[in-house]
Amino acid sequence: MTDRTTIPGDIVESHLVLADGSVFAGEAIGAPSAVTAGEVVFNTVLSGYQEVITDPSYAGQMITFTYPHIGNYGTVGLDDEARRPHCRGVIVRDLARRESNHRSESSLDAMLRRHGVPGIAGIDTRRLTRVLRDTGAMPGAFGTGSYDDLLAAARAERGTDGVDLVATVTTDSPYTVHGGPLRVVAFDFGIKATILRCLSEIATVEVVPASTLAADVMARRPDGVFLSNGPGDPAAVPYAVDAIRSLVGEVPLFGICLGHQLLSRALGGDTFKLPFGHHGGNHPVRHETSGRIEITSQNHNFCVDPTSLGGRVAVTHLNLNDRTNEGMRVLDAPAFSVQYHPEAGPGPHDSRYLFDQFARLMNSRSEKTGNL
Amino acid sequence: MPRRTDLSSILIIGSGPIVIGQACEFDYSGTQACRVLKDEGYRVVLANSNPATIMTDPDFADRTYIEPITWEVVARIIERERPDAVLPTLGGQTGLNTAMALYERGLVGTPGTPELIGANAEAIATAEDREKFKEAMIEIGLSVPPSGVAHTVDEAMDVMSTIGLPVIIRPAYILGGRGTGIASTPDEFRHLARAGLDASPISEILIEKSIAGWKEYELEVMRDRADNCVIICSIENFDAMGVHTGDSITVAPAQTLSDVEYQRMRDAAFACIRRVGVETGGSNVQFAVDPRTGDQVVIEMNPRVSRSSALASKATGFPIAKIAAKLAVGYTLDEIPNDITRMTPASFEPTIDYVVTKVPRWAFEKLPGTSGVLGTQMQSVGEVMAIGRTFPESLQKALRSLEQGRAGLNADPAEKQYDELTDGELLARIAVPTPERIFQIGELLHRGVSIEAIHEACRIDPWFLDQMSIVTEERTRLESTTMESMSARDWKRAKRLGFSDAQLAHLWDRAELDVRRMRTAAGVIPTFKTVDTCSAEFAAETPYHYSTYEDENEVRSSTRPRVLILGSGPNRIGQGIEFDYCCVHASFALRDAGFETVMVNCNPETVSTDYDTSDRLYFEPLTREDVLNVIEAETAASGGTPPKVIVSLGGQTPLKLSGQIPTELIAGTSPTSIDLAEDREKWNELCDRLRIPQPPGGTAVTLADAEAIVARVGFPVLVRPSYVLGGRAMQIVHDRDHLARAMAELTGFGSLGKEGGLSAERPVLVDRFLEDATEVDVDAIRDHIGEVLIGGVMEHVEEAGVHSGDSACAIPPQTLPSWVVDVIRAYTEAIAGALDVRGLINVQYAVAGTNVFVIEANPRASRTVPFVAKATGIPLAKVATRVMLGATLAELRTEGLLRPSVLDAGRVAVKEAVLPFNRFPEVDTALGPEMRSTGEVMGIDTSFGRAFYKAELAAGTVLPRDGTVFLSLADGDKPAGIVVAQRLRELGFGVAATTGTAEYLARFGLTVDRTVDKVSEGRGDTAVDLIASGNISFVINTPQGRGGRTDGEAIRKAANVHRVPSVTTVEAALAAVRGLAEQADRPLEVCSLQEHHGRA
Repeated sequence: MTDRTTIPGDIVESHLVLADGSVFAGEAIGAPSAVTAGEVVFNTVLSGYQEVITDPSYAGQMITFTYPHIGNYGTVGLDDEARRPHCRGVIVRDLARRESNHRSESSLDAMLRRHGVPGIAGIDTRRLTRVLRDTGAMPGAFGTGSYDDLLAAARAERGTDGVDLVATVTTDSPYTVHGGPLRVVAFDFGIKATILRCLSEIATVEVVPASTLAADVMARRPDGVFLSNGPGDPAAVPYAVDAIRSLVGEVPLFGICLGHQLLSRALGGDTFKLPFGHHGGNHPVRHETSGRIEITSQNHNFCVDPTSLGGRVAVTHLNLNDRTNEGMRVLDAPAFSVQYHPEAGPGPHDSRYLFDQFARLMNSRSEKTGNL
Repeated sequence: MPRRTDLSSILIIGSGPIVIGQACEFDYSGTQACRVLKDEGYRVVLANSNPATIMTDPDFADRTYIEPITWEVVARIIERERPDAVLPTLGGQTGLNTAMALYERGLVGTPGTPELIGANAEAIATAEDREKFKEAMIEIGLSVPPSGVAHTVDEAMDVMSTIGLPVIIRPAYILGGRGTGIASTPDEFRHLARAGLDASPISEILIEKSIAGWKEYELEVMRDRADNCVIICSIENFDAMGVHTGDSITVAPAQTLSDVEYQRMRDAAFACIRRVGVETGGSNVQFAVDPRTGDQVVIEMNPRVSRSSALASKATGFPIAKIAAKLAVGYTLDEIPNDITRMTPASFEPTIDYVVTKVPRWAFEKLPGTSGVLGTQMQSVGEVMAIGRTFPESLQKALRSLEQGRAGLNADPAEKQYDELTDGELLARIAVPTPERIFQIGELLHRGVSIEAIHEACRIDPWFLDQMSIVTEERTRLESTTMESMSARDWKRAKRLGFSDAQLAHLWDRAELDVRRMRTAAGVIPTFKTVDTCSAEFAAETPYHYSTYEDENEVRSSTRPRVLILGSGPNRIGQGIEFDYCCVHASFALRDAGFETVMVNCNPETVSTDYDTSDRLYFEPLTREDVLNVIEAETAASGGTPPKVIVSLGGQTPLKLSGQIPTELIAGTSPTSIDLAEDREKWNELCDRLRIPQPPGGTAVTLADAEAIVARVGFPVLVRPSYVLGGRAMQIVHDRDHLARAMAELTGFGSLGKEGGLSAERPVLVDRFLEDATEVDVDAIRDHIGEVLIGGVMEHVEEAGVHSGDSACAIPPQTLPSWVVDVIRAYTEAIAGALDVRGLINVQYAVAGTNVFVIEANPRASRTVPFVAKATGIPLAKVATRVMLGATLAELRTEGLLRPSVLDAGRVAVKEAVLPFNRFPEVDTALGPEMRSTGEVMGIDTSFGRAFYKAELAAGTVLPRDGTVFLSLADGDKPAGIVVAQRLRELGFGVAATTGTAEYLARFGLTVDRTVDKVSEGRGDTAVDLIASGNISFVINTPQGRGGRTDGEAIRKAANVHRVPSVTTVEAALAAVRGLAEQADRPLEVCSLQEHHGRA
């Protein structure tokens, strides 16, 4: 249970260089790497680092944790959101050298090494966060390589705009997760394990690749279709938008995060990039019909512009920090979606009622069409 | 939902005097509540008996009642003010218990009476009644430890036999775990069950399966009336279950919970607050987690703002009390902006990017007879909080903040005490929680003892132990290197782990300032980060800083003239809320006068560490290194102009630093003058020059010095160390043996040695002790043109020899002839002039017959400043601060800040000390030269007797209206006893006495109803038996001047244990009978401070 991977005196110097040339000194952790590049983002959760690191939505990104101690309670296979991390790297102030929790199976450092994820520790992550807050998510590179190599890599990194990262994380072939009485087809744009767990409580879930055609989905005779979370720019996944457009009105739809953005694009709406995105577990969202506040888990850089959807949707959820859109209901079709993560993993459970809402939507449709 | 318009007037119940378990965190919460509700346009009525609080300043409420907080008195206030609502959730347990007592009598919370807002009676009862609470938790599916309730010892035995030992006993409706304990044997159980039943006001205890050794957590929850719930902060206890959370080192946020476990706990906390029914405001829910299985159980919840919520507020920047007050009047969380970001709403959960560590401070050295072992009953008197980017850094900062002679986690001179202990002995010691345990663990880790072995002994989580071992491993590395060979990276690594320059100086045997020079030359200086509730996700508007060693500094530049106010650090006996009051007032006065104010303090309970009290707050240890760092950061931020520094308002803590800060920066009285008053030789010369008599005496560093002085002045002598507040180690010495003992304690590793010790610069003062003298205290202000304002002359009730902090006192003086008061005024003016004081000065006198002796003068704020301010209406602290920055008294009169005293309005103000004896049954309650009170109360009325009666009532000493009074007097006190006994007879009391006292009284024609033997005579019924029998309603027992203490001690302890009110000086007995006589003929009347000050 004890890992002592970074004993004093055994420190390997490493640097983080942002595309703007700023440098942060630290030490290497996780898998060894001379140069690792990606889009640098931050996440403000106090617990849940393992879920964040294994969330496929972070594909192409390097995650800065604002909380300084990371790795304290180790890692456990049960908390993985995917079979392996898809993020490019991890940036922390301090990596625990000894974890402590009865659930832990391995230290975070060992887990990162096992999956080949490099990291850097000892960073003034608050300074870094303030840079990212002011200038937006920025390409960067870290590793044991030279400043010039790191800067070149950072500058060569094109970020996530317009890049189809979904293709890198989606499942190669369909698979089924058995569960509740309903039948849900879930598009895997980078689906998290916790979402599958929540869906399987209400339905048997058939997970299909992101590129699956609408006709193939309907051929599975689903009670509802789920549009998952996933990484990057929704504009870079036109094939999914096409499929969703054909499904709207045909079958109940529920989308989360990227799924929310794709649904909005399928309805003809626009998405835009937020200055630095929402990445944390403490964002207040107001449910507009009840007025209730939900503390939510969030992880997105792109956002839906509800005004671009004309009168086709009702805004159901609003982010109280920056007043951006967090959820919508399609007025003329059985479809709704949210920008945030009601499944949590990590984060608060305030919004899990949305899965029940999806079940109710499917049940009412099923009764109407006699499709049981 | 906007604010309620159906309410116009709200009564806030304060928490009364500072006691263990209920300290200035409730001044912080009450002050916030008063401000918020006034800003919202409500008429605020406040009831609080504690004059040292900031909330009882007449500006904070429309009507401020400094009156005893009993249901009867609060009922009088309600009758007079007719508030629409009562807010009971911001005044600690006192607020809740008083509200419940009023509710039970149909005076609040029922139709036609003021509404209870925040929490209603049903919610309070559900949370506070242990049995109801358990049932409620089981009902909503939460786990609780198996338990049962008992109202008698027999019932308790039955419950225990079903649950099985070990069990924990928790009395209902108590504060700070009073009467709580863990029993492992049937004998222990019987004993604790009885103590618990006695401690509970409703004689009810909960007996529950002990889960000592489990991990302990707290969640701070807020709920609004639309049922939105948020968690403000999670707190993990460093000490495992078994140590009261108030006595535990605690850390925020939780460190060793995975998100899966944390979210489960969060869900449970919400379910708990909803089921209990706290409609709006903050609550604290405590959990225990089995480290082997992760099983979670709910321990308890507080349906109110608590000590932990004050900590959570300071730890996150989220002002729980302020928001709770807004929620209580109808707002919802999303309608309230987050003060710090201003752009985002309060309906969120703060996230932090640093680690906060709280360490309690105890006062066992002042309470001989106590075991010093920590348990389920809270015993600490104060706490410090420190912020660092990592746990090692915040822990080391917290430990040096304690001001107990420790520079961090060991690596300082005090660690020498472990040299003679083997690993085995140390391991045995850490199995028992004590204040020393953290340092003992540090020593074991430094020796290389395994984390497994240490965890096995103390049950502290291995993560914490490993983090500590990172510190001790770094120390080993530092020891093997030299200062000269340190690279910038080496310096940074050590500083990032929280090592102080003082620790490094110790390891390398260098001077601290050399280390500082070398380090800064290497370019390693602290960066100041900001507490912003959001981990930098949004820009922060509020400059609340802490130091760490990172890349980026966030202090904003500004060019306004700035003043740094050094706070008073952790509460301790002798230095508490009074000094926070002074610092906060300084900040307010300077802000009004156009200065930029900067506060430095490390006490999370206080108003001074509220982020909006000053323009900037540095949450930092009050050590030379940390204070110099702040001065340098502020200098840099203002383009090179250093700030002025106020050292004379925070008690001894900042005063001790005055010699280490550049002299030219110190505002007010110069360090030279401070030294003139402290240096015994210079002070003697000054008094000689002024022809002001002093008791004869001298200074001593060795026993031989002391004996030489005694040969000159004769016994008894008063022996006390210089530079220590609160009479620490002060003793009245009657013989040579005692003198030797006293001197021994002041040297070496005695408790005082730790606080600074004895040296040529800090010698012991040995003075002739004046028996039977009246003690007088004066607070005055002198400005730079030489005008002296006498704030107040206070006559002490107890004679000289009882520490002034433990003595009751009255303004104006009650027995002194007016010419004596005039002499005292003249002396004070002359001393203030001779010392060239610019600001406050406190002078103490002893009046013996027609002789007025000066005892000491301190050119700084004293403990009595807030009391005098409230008694006279003169805002002494504010006036003094302005004077320190150059204003004259005449200018302040013109400005309107300085108003004339209101004292001639025919009222008397009495201050009474509140002592912690009910928590320490093993301690003798006799008063002496060592201060032991934790807090104070004030009574104002039209005569001394009535004011004294009120003050006693407020202090919890309910003077009886009938019954039998027990008298046992020292020989010297017997003549006064005649008068006491006569008065008691006239008032219709029965009188019982010890044989000696009874025989004496009989000689003057006073018969007693009952005579008992002294304890040591032990033939028939003894005094102790009589008190235990419950037939005595009041005990008057005065200790003999020397020897023969044991009988008296047993009597006083019996009174304490059986909770019979008692006094231990004949002066207090005389005052008490006077109070009874004057109060007997009329009901208790209440009057607001605003009326008293002629402002209503």
